[in-house]
Amino acid sequence: MSTPKSASSAALSGAKPRKPRLMDALEIDTRLLGMIGAFILVALVFNVLTDGRFLTPRNIFNLTIQTVSVAIMATGMVFVIVTRHIDLSVGALLATCSAVMAMMQTAWLPQYLGLPLGHPMIPWLAIGAGIITGALIGAFQGWLTGYLLIPAFIVTLGGLLVWRNTAWYLTNGQTIGPLDQTFQMFGGINGTMGEFWSWVIGIAATLAALTALWAKRRDKLRHDFPVKPLWAEATLGAIIAGAILGFIAILNSYEVPAARLRRDFEARGEVMPEGYTAAYGLPISVLLLIVVAIVMTVIARKTRLGRYIFAAGGNPQAAELSGINTRLLTVKVFAIMGALCAISAVVASARLTNHSNDIGTLDELRVIAAAVIGGTALAGGLGTIYGAILGALIMQSLQSGMAMVGVDAPLQNIVVGSVLVLAVLIDIIYRRRTGKG
Amino acid sequence: MAPLVEMRNISIAFGGVQAVDDVSIDLYPGEVVGLLGHNGAGKSTLIKILSGAYRADSGEIWIDGKKATINSPRDARAHNIETIHQTLALADNLPAPANLFLGRELRTMFGFLDDSRMEAETTKIMARLNPNFKKIAEPVSALSGGQRQSVAIARAVYFNARILIMDEPTAALGVHETKMVADLIMELKAQGLGIFLISHDTREMMELCDRVSVMKNGQLIGTERVEDVTEDEILSMIILGKKAPEAV
Repeated sequence: MSTPKSASSAALSGAKPRKPRLMDALEIDTRLLGMIGAFILVALVFNVLTDGRFLTPRNIFNLTIQTVSVAIMATGMVFVIVTRHIDLSVGALLATCSAVMAMMQTAWLPQYLGLPLGHPMIPWLAIGAGIITGALIGAFQGWLTGYLLIPAFIVTLGGLLVWRNTAWYLTNGQTIGPLDQTFQMFGGINGTMGEFWSWVIGIAATLAALTALWAKRRDKLRHDFPVKPLWAEATLGAIIAGAILGFIAILNSYEVPAARLRRDFEARGEVMPEGYTAAYGLPISVLLLIVVAIVMTVIARKTRLGRYIFAAGGNPQAAELSGINTRLLTVKVFAIMGALCAISAVVASARLTNHSNDIGTLDELRVIAAAVIGGTALAGGLGTIYGAILGALIMQSLQSGMAMVGVDAPLQNIVVGSVLVLAVLIDIIYRRRTGKG
Repeated sequence: MAPLVEMRNISIAFGGVQAVDDVSIDLYPGEVVGLLGHNGAGKSTLIKILSGAYRADSGEIWIDGKKATINSPRDARAHNIETIHQTLALADNLPAPANLFLGRELRTMFGFLDDSRMEAETTKIMARLNPNFKKIAEPVSALSGGQRQSVAIARAVYFNARILIMDEPTAALGVHETKMVADLIMELKAQGLGIFLISHDTREMMELCDRVSVMKNGQLIGTERVEDVTEDEILSMIILGKKAPEAV
């Protein structure tokens, strides 16, 4: 039964002769493959240059937690750029959200609501306040752009100065800390799932991915659409399962140093048993990024909001003639961006264990670069969430790889800047060749 | 019988330019009314007021004998008015089903987009309109002019339009595809739709339309039944901006 369908599928895709057949059957985006290839290349080169220190569980663990903050914002920047706007204020907005959350935890909640420091509600109230702040500021900037028609470039360039220094006023320019213990769990090494729960999450994620793959196939069969041959589907499933479980296995093989374990046991008034070991496992911040990525991907592909974002980016007049309120859409897109800045602020400040005045400085450039390296076209209408996250990961790999090799700081920035321009050039050439976009 | 659509004394100005000046036209079910005139005569502007893209400065729109308020494309759609714009108004980065259902997506019981159902429906209607249409999953930027046109037409036809506005539907098409559009217009007319047709091709209009209205410099020169006039008389209305003298 699957034979005639796969045959017709091959006939359809036969229109593009240059693509190899295997890729056709798997229906994998060649762009995605190119980016993964670039990432692997970067990782292997640095691994050789650092005598194998780059691809250790410890460094991979560090790399992922360093990427999270920028990657979370990059997913929102995809929507902003797809709708033909830009947001230069994300780093500054992150600072304002971080300042609000830090002040909530250490000053406002204890002083005005009388909650004692360390009260279990404090971190959640602080995070809630931060996300509301981010979403409101984002919505305001979206309103200035969408309804008052001030170019987003100007609105957010102004916002860069306004919100950076609003953060300053909120904290009187001081470093605020230490932050709440529970809050710090979102920062990376201060909050990890441990070996057991990491496996539980990994296996659950694998099952969910495979179920989704299966459901998609059944849905296609129900509508008599061509489906991939079963072997291709199985290969794809195996690659996904291998990637998820392999990632968990790597994180689970990074063990907590014995001295630290002993301190933890002593803090609880116990003695560490002989030969006891524990692994860090999946950091909560990385889990947060994965959840954000899934939610944003579902919005992009499965909701009207996402469909309208891409339609308005592809042809704003067509979107309006189809009855889409493109002004309100702009407000929503910037509000999402603002809320994501707040979530990134949780991760960034928790990782530092305090709020500092310069938190998020230059993040706007990293975030835009991540989205653009990840294939988001500045002309609008094109971009993917996973691409932006991969873009953030490639940027962070370059940066920390060069730091490990001992490249001078100025040269590091020169290389990252050049890579950004080169990546966009390659993308332009790729699109011209394949006629996409 | 009340007309399907009556646009009464419509005026609109952009800056200092009076794009449409006190124009009244009407349309009956099962009728094709052509709008003729030079570029800038105000045909497209007039029709965009009906489709909700512009709001008239003054004048009234009556539908089925009742006064209607059309302030947005959404309002127009609520009155079963569908428009095929000259620019086609397609989002080039999206495939045909996303364009066909843009603004009116089919959703699953959980509120998510039902892409498979939209794709299946698109396949069905395209099979009727343009049997050669195969590239369902590709962005419409990858389609030929005629195929893009079929997507725009499918969008108007799918949602059971009662009033169809076609702004230069054949301008970018080859001979074969132009014939297909003409056949479709005849078919929809037979189903009882009212169609406003804009074109520069006077001969084509004489064949397809029941009546033609000629505009010049934002004003309506006159509306004639096609069997009462010759092509030359229409041409002189377009060029000279006045009716041919009665009973020569």
